[in-house]
Amino acid sequence: MNDLGTAATLALGLIAEADATLAQIVGLSLRVSLIAVAIAAAVGLPLGALLAVARFPGRHAIVVALNALMGLPPVVAGLLIYLLLSRSGPLGHLGLLFTPTAMIIAQAVLIAPIIAALARQALEALWEEYAEQLRSFGAGTARAVPTLLWDGRFALLTVLLAGFGRASAEVGAVMVVGGNIEGFTRVMTTAIALETSKGDLPLALALGIVLMAVVLAVNALAQAVRELAARRGA
Amino acid sequence: MRQEATALPLRAEGLRFAAGGVEILHGLDFSLVAGAPTVILGPNGAGKSVLLRVLHGLLEPTGGTLRWSLPAEAAQRRQAMVFQRPVMLRRSVLANALYPLRLAGLPEAEAAARAALDRVGMAALADRPARKLSGGEQQRLALARAWALAPEILFLDEPTAALDPAATRQVEEIIGAIAASGTKVVMTTHHLGQARRLAGDVMLLLGGMLNAQGPAERFFAAPPTAEAAAFLRGDLVW
Ligand SMILES: Nc1ncnc2c1ncn2[C@@H]1O[C@H](COP(=O)(O)OP(=O)(O)OP(=O)(O)O)[C@@H](O)[C@H]1O
Ligand SMILES: [Mg+2]
Repeated sequence: MNDLGTAATLALGLIAEADATLAQIVGLSLRVSLIAVAIAAAVGLPLGALLAVARFPGRHAIVVALNALMGLPPVVAGLLIYLLLSRSGPLGHLGLLFTPTAMIIAQAVLIAPIIAALARQALEALWEEYAEQLRSFGAGTARAVPTLLWDGRFALLTVLLAGFGRASAEVGAVMVVGGNIEGFTRVMTTAIALETSKGDLPLALALGIVLMAVVLAVNALAQAVRELAARRGA
Repeated sequence: MRQEATALPLRAEGLRFAAGGVEILHGLDFSLVAGAPTVILGPNGAGKSVLLRVLHGLLEPTGGTLRWSLPAEAAQRRQAMVFQRPVMLRRSVLANALYPLRLAGLPEAEAAARAALDRVGMAALADRPARKLSGGEQQRLALARAWALAPEILFLDEPTAALDPAATRQVEEIIGAIAASGTKVVMTTHHLGQARRLAGDVMLLLGGMLNAQGPAERFFAAPPTAEAAAFLRGDLVW
């Protein structure tokens, strides 16, 4: 109990003085997850919209696959990227393994299906409402997709926040491809996992508090987006 | 948008539509010509909305022919439709009016959209979110959005279904102005008074069949069929 009290005091101290190690780890975590979300969104949002609008052979299979991939365990995503990037792998010559870039790729692969699947769900309801009117206006699929992405913007923003929450909280993928190298690929979740077992409770606890704050902030933002959307009638 | 070649007249022969093994339109014969509005009357479920969708090209006829005076695709581009439940894009009033204009690649889209809002008395609401408008305002916006395209033919599905008397009168005035501007209005309604005020000619649809059609004046003065007479008296049992 006393241990915990001391650790908590030290942890709050680290946060209060914006300890350099802590700040570096938090900064890398946010950078990796934000870039991963951006990449996953660039692929997942148009894909989700296309699946909501277009009817083509193989569509159903893609939808089923995406829904299955939503539950992909992070360590498995990490393992797949590890195999691709390892020295003997097809992309081994790029030398990306155990770099932040590899971590970004792994997280992007992990959350792109989530973003695509959630975007499809959100936009399918919108499309049901819009389809006839847009056809009446003479809009084909190529015009309907950007229209849905814009008109579904509030719902899609919460989808992106869900993706970011998932990325910033996962351990497995970044651990496998990043290797938790101090000062280079160490992020909040991997640091917590390792520092705890090594006994550096204050750092682990400080990171835990920051991570909780990030997750809370993401949820508060999602709530704010939903309220704004309700006010705008979207 | 209005050039020399016109989509009208339209000639429908033996027009049929079936969905899910059930036939909804049972072989309709009629023509649509330019001029005063054509009003389609008929009880709930008669097939009025389906007929408008078939005419507008949203549903493929399953039998008979639908002959416009232009190739079908060109004819479709000269039409607009306002649905029974108007679809409001999740954007501002102005952006709603702009959307189809931009899509059609029309020049001076913003000026045209603003002018259309002005014509229906909604210029002051241009920046409001469209989905927060009242039902009557949404209906007027939907009309302005369609009117801005200056279509040759405008299909209106029960344009005053959920409106109070004042909003109904506003919408009727707008429809009158659209018709006066040279657009052929083809509309459905359950308001017989509205049909009398607006119709140039009338089609009575009963159970997916065309029971009667003709110039409005004659239709109301001397209903051509027993069913039409009963329908106008309000005691048609179907
Ligand atoms: N896509 C569809 N598939 C199957 N049946 C349909 C479809 N669309 C309409 N129907 C049926 O066709 C019939 C005519 O429908 P429609 O909507 O045209 O009626 P309506 O004359 O417009 O009625 P209302 O006055 O209530 O609007 C109804 O029985 C309806 O259930
Ligand atoms: Mg109807």
